[in-house]
Formats: sequence, structure tokens, C-alpha cells
Amino acid sequence: MILKAKVYNKIFAFQSLKEVMSKANEEKSGDELVGIAAKSASERVAAKLVLSNLTLEDIYNNPVIPYEEDEVTRAIYDGLNLRIYQEIKSWTVGYLREYILDHKTTGENLLHISRGLTSEMIAAVAKLMSTMDLVCGSKKLRVQSHCNTTLGIPGTLAFRCQPNHPTDSVEGMLASLKEGLAYGSGDAVIGINPVEDNVETVSRLLDTVKNFMIKWEIPTQNCVLAHVTTQMKAIEKGAPVDLVFQSIAGTHKANDAFGVSAAILDEAFALAQRKGSATGPNLMYFETGQGSEVSLDAHLGVDMMTLEARTYGFARGYRPFMTNNVSGFIGPETIYSGREVIRADLEDLFMGKLHGLPMGIAPCYTNHMKADQNDQEMGTLLCAMAGSNFFMGVPGGDDVMLSYQDTSYHDDASTREILGLRPLPEFEQWLEKMGILENGKLTERAGDPSIFDK
Amino acid sequence: MGVENNELEKVIIQSVMEELARKGLLSQKGKDHMMSAAMMDTPIVPNLQSEEMVTFPPQEEMQIANPFNADAVRAMKKLTPARIGIGRAGTRPKTMSLLRFLADHAVAQDAVFLDVSEEFLQRMNMMSVQSAAASKDEFLQRPELGRRLSEEAAKSIAEKCEKNVQVQILIVDGLSSSAIEANIPDLLPALMQGLKSSGIKVGAPFFIKNGRVWVQDHVASIVNCDVVISLIGERPGLGTAESLSAYMIYRPDENTVEADRTVISNIHKGGIPPAEAGAHLTDVIKQILSAKASGVKLNQQK
Repeated sequence: MILKAKVYNKIFAFQSLKEVMSKANEEKSGDELVGIAAKSASERVAAKLVLSNLTLEDIYNNPVIPYEEDEVTRAIYDGLNLRIYQEIKSWTVGYLREYILDHKTTGENLLHISRGLTSEMIAAVAKLMSTMDLVCGSKKLRVQSHCNTTLGIPGTLAFRCQPNHPTDSVEGMLASLKEGLAYGSGDAVIGINPVEDNVETVSRLLDTVKNFMIKWEIPTQNCVLAHVTTQMKAIEKGAPVDLVFQSIAGTHKANDAFGVSAAILDEAFALAQRKGSATGPNLMYFETGQGSEVSLDAHLGVDMMTLEARTYGFARGYRPFMTNNVSGFIGPETIYSGREVIRADLEDLFMGKLHGLPMGIAPCYTNHMKADQNDQEMGTLLCAMAGSNFFMGVPGGDDVMLSYQDTSYHDDASTREILGLRPLPEFEQWLEKMGILENGKLTERAGDPSIFDK
Repeated sequence: MGVENNELEKVIIQSVMEELARKGLLSQKGKDHMMSAAMMDTPIVPNLQSEEMVTFPPQEEMQIANPFNADAVRAMKKLTPARIGIGRAGTRPKTMSLLRFLADHAVAQDAVFLDVSEEFLQRMNMMSVQSAAASKDEFLQRPELGRRLSEEAAKSIAEKCEKNVQVQILIVDGLSSSAIEANIPDLLPALMQGLKSSGIKVGAPFFIKNGRVWVQDHVASIVNCDVVISLIGERPGLGTAESLSAYMIYRPDENTVEADRTVISNIHKGGIPPAEAGAHLTDVIKQILSAKASGVKLNQQK
């Protein structure tokens, strides 16, 4: 394993694979904060050069966090297909990049080798990829999943309608939900972040959305994004849960801080299969984001991007219906600028897809970052071109409960029309029946929430 | 130039041109050009003294063209602060929705990235010191620097501040300088008066630039007070950039954890009004002093 590189007249020597992985990253404030980022532009390229020459076997043999110490590492290694890994282990990371981009390599080929790739290998190759590389690679990968409806069908783009309310008011939530549906948002899921994480609130919101779906015959899924254990209690008490949500991270320690473990997720998945309200087989909804381990001081000296890949490695065993990335939500100490968040979104979309996950992106930002609406719209269009399965839908782009900005109902409709993408088929039929959509375009009556107030 | 004069001018120009055209001295193109010049209104000179200005329409205004049920949309808008019933231009927001969003974000960004003004600090007659974060960029990207004082600040505080007081009040910019300028002028006098009339010994309040909550522990270690209270700007939302929080702790030390702090948040004119907050905080501080504990430990004693 060669850990030294010469960039013109300068020689750079690295101590470990972990160091090479962190220094090969594009600039992000979280890696700087932890003190593991490259010290110069030349050192960054030197790290990429070293990485390009390492084999997948080198990476397999040097997990960034030991197997014995970390449940996430164990999930990644135990879930690997060894036969496929054996076939490709002599590839260098540089060769893997070219294989991914080669015209002869199809999405099916990539999903096949995916089973023989550890999360660290996937992170490694993404570190060698530029913006367009990431878009080209992501675009090839199409992962479908099914809960009540099918997500990820080629030519479609779905949205989570996110009608959050600052005091969990059911009526206030319904007002935002109607507005979202009137713009064609909500085919991925109707998902609400509650303020109060308790069984009563969660059950009330689940019941309300489910009844609304039944009354208006809306083909989608419901979810309330409380802690997984609260949702499990709600299911036990009879609440209708289509999708079970949880935020997860890339180290055992960070998952501890989230109050979640493989055992809890196993139990939740089993409960959703036994007592959930959806068809399945995909019943989980995960959220992830670069930097969560840094903000929880649970990064163990590993870079944010590699930890994000490990999060996907942890997620894939649960065959989720959707995995949503919210790297822009964490804060300026991990991702500082619009440029950093767009890069992170594209990396995460690619890494998630190469893990075989049905990925969506929230190209979001908070008010204490150096990012604005223009950055968000650029990120959204790039991720849509890269074949994101879904985005969020927030009234006017302003989440009044979580206090951050995300894709708006208007952005949802715009992105579909700009790229000629359609809602999920059953949902499109429903939109046409409601007179909201015609030939893939909003009708005159679209955008009016009072169509639900007959 | 009056309207009548303007009309008269047009008539004169038109008859002159007709005369020229009859004599073959004017092409059609030249005629069109001169006519459009004649039709142009008097050049508009901006009136800089005018009180007129461009503003946003009221937020509660329903913006949907021909809604199915306008009253229902208006009722919905009352149920949530979310941006609904805002209409569209094609798939995009209407111009006023777009500009209002940009304005709200701009106000939020200014609250985070601009400093509390020197003029304000002079008016409040407060000493001003700085955390170890030298700039806003550093403050935002290196949280640990905002949690301790610069060496110079620690020295000034040691030299100038009264020691062994019961309460030390800190004004900390945190993530919103706007919250400081909007609330402190009403909040601080109310709080000072409340504490003094309760016979509590209070050190002179001072300002900390680029500070986070934990910087209060560093101050307490220097002034040796019983309770340190930070009035600190919250992270702005698009709804308001002026929200302030008060963090209080009884005798912090190296074993202090987050749960040891008592927090009152949402202080601004649309939440807990600042003058009212002054009275409320006085009561909380009195409880902390008598219980000799704050945060979860205080709640357990209640």
C-alpha cells in the first residue's frame, strides 16, 4: 500500500488510509474543524493521487473504524457479498471511477458490483469525482422501492409534502398539506416533523393524514418523523403508520447519541411488517447528513464524507423505501457555504445510489450559513439531473417549524416541468382526476388549496 | 409642464410635420420617429423629498387568482404562519412572494453576519469585549472559539469588573446582533431594576462580541459571581431575526453540562415582550439564588 505521492516537485507522505481519505476531500468546514483536512491544494491532489492507486482490497483491509468496536462497521462488512468482492478486489480506485463512467457500464452493472463494495470504497471513488462525474454516475443508477406506491420509476420525480406546523396544529398542518397537493407535491410521502415527540401528538397527526388520504383517495404513504421508539409505541397503540422514520449516522457513537441501534431498527422494521398499515415490502424512511457525527462529537477522526457513506452502509440492510439526505441542515461548522452544500449533496446522492439506496436530496440551508436561495436552486437542478428520486416540498420554501429553507412546492412543480419529469404514475392519475395536472403541467386551477374545501 | 401645454405641443408638432410631409421633405420613418418623440411624457425627475415608498402587501393577503373558495384560503392562512395561498406565475412564485422571501432571508443573514453597532454600545454605555473568535467567519466555523474569552477580554474583565457579586449580566451577540439591538434597550433596564429592588447585588453588565452560550462559564470563573446570565441572540428564522434567549447558570465549573443551564427563549416583541421578560427573569434568578442551583437541578427542587 503506497501512501506517498509526488505532485510535480513536492512529495507528500501520509500515515494511514484514514488520513488519505480525509485529505482527498473537497474543502468543507467540518473537516477543517476536526483538523483533518488537507493543508494545501497540492496536498489535496496528492491525497487523491495516492487514493487513485489503492486497490479495493487495501481499503477492505483497513476499515477506518475497527470491526470489533463499531456496529456500523460490522453492518457494512457482514452485509457484503464476498463473491462479488473477490472478483473486483484487485481494482484500483482510479479504475473503479473509469468503470463507473464507461459507456459500456450500465446501471445494472453498477448495482451488481455495489454488493461487493464497502462504504469506504464508495466514498473513496466519489472523492476522485468532479461535479459532472458525480452527475454522470448518479444518473445511471436507478433504484426503485415500493411501499403503497412505487418510487424511482425512470422519468418520474416525486416529492415529500412537508406540512410542518410550529405547534403541531392539525388544522394548520392540513392547510399546508392542501396547498402542497394542489401543486402536485406529496407522492413520495406526506411526512410531518412534530414539535412534541410523544405518542398522542404522533398518533393524532398520523390519523389525520391517513383519513385525509382515504377521503380524497390519494395514492401515497404517511409518516410522522418522531423518534423511532415513539413511532413504535404509536403503532402498538394502533396508529396507522405506512413508513417508519429515523435519523441515522455513520458511527456507533453517533447512533447512540441519536438513541438508535441496529437492534432497535431491527425491531422497528419487524413491527412495521407485522402491524404497519402499508403494502411494503419497503417500510423504512431514513434521514442522514454529512456532519452529524461532527456536531455530536462522535466522528472518531474520520472525515464527514466517509462517515456519510458508512451511514448508507448501515441503512441498506433495512431496504428502506426512501433515504433522504439533509447535509445542508447541520450548520456552518460542518458545511459553511452554498458551494460546500452543493458538493455534499451531489456526493451524497451518488454514494447513496451506489449503495443501492432509493435516494432523495434536501438541498437545504440554514440562516447562519453563507448560502442562499440561488445556491439551493442550483443544487436542486443538478441533483434532479443526476436522477434524485425525490425532494422535499415546503410551503414557500420556508419551514416554519424547523426554521430552515428547503425546496418549495413551486420548486417541485418547476423541476418537473424543466426536466420533463412526471409524478409517480398513480399519483399523476389522481392529480389529473383532481384537475391539478394535465399532460405533465399544472392546470389553471393548480396551486389553489381551496379545491379541497367543497 | 401642464397637461394643456403638452397637448398643445403635440398639435403643433403634428401640423408642422404634416406640412413638411406635403412638401415631400419628410419620410414615413422620420415621421414615425418624430411622432413618438412628441408622444413621450415629460421626463420624470425623481422627487427625493417624497414620502412615497414601495412596500410589501400585507402578509395575510390572499394571492391566488380566481380561487375556488377565497374565504377558505383566507381562513387557511390564519391557521398557520406557513407561506400558503401565495399563488404562482407559471410554476414560479409571484414577484412579491419572491421578494418577500429574499427580504426575510436578507434580514436573517444581516442579523447573523453584521456586528452590533458601536453607536448602540455607546448609547447603552457598556464595556465591550470579544471572544477568542476574531471574525464572524471564525465564530461560525469554530464553535469552541466563541465559548471562551480572548486573552485581552479576560484581562479587561479581571481588571474592571466587580468581583463576588450575586449576579453578572452578559449581553452576547450569538447568532443575532439584531436581537440585541431590538430587545436590550427595554429588557436590560427592567431586569436591572427588578434585581436591584429585590436587594440583589449586580455587577455592571457588559457586551461580548462573537460569543456563544458557554462563554458565560469563562466569565463566571473570573468575576466569581453566584449567577451568570447571558442575554444572547438566537439563530434567526425567516419569521423573525430578533429573537433573544436568556441562559442562566449557578456557579458553573469544569463539570458543568448543558442540562445545568436554565433557558428562557423566544424573547422578542412577537413572543415574550422584552420588558415583560425583565420581570420574569428577575423571578427566575431569585429562585436560582435561593435554591443555589439552575437547570434540571433547579427543577428537581421545585
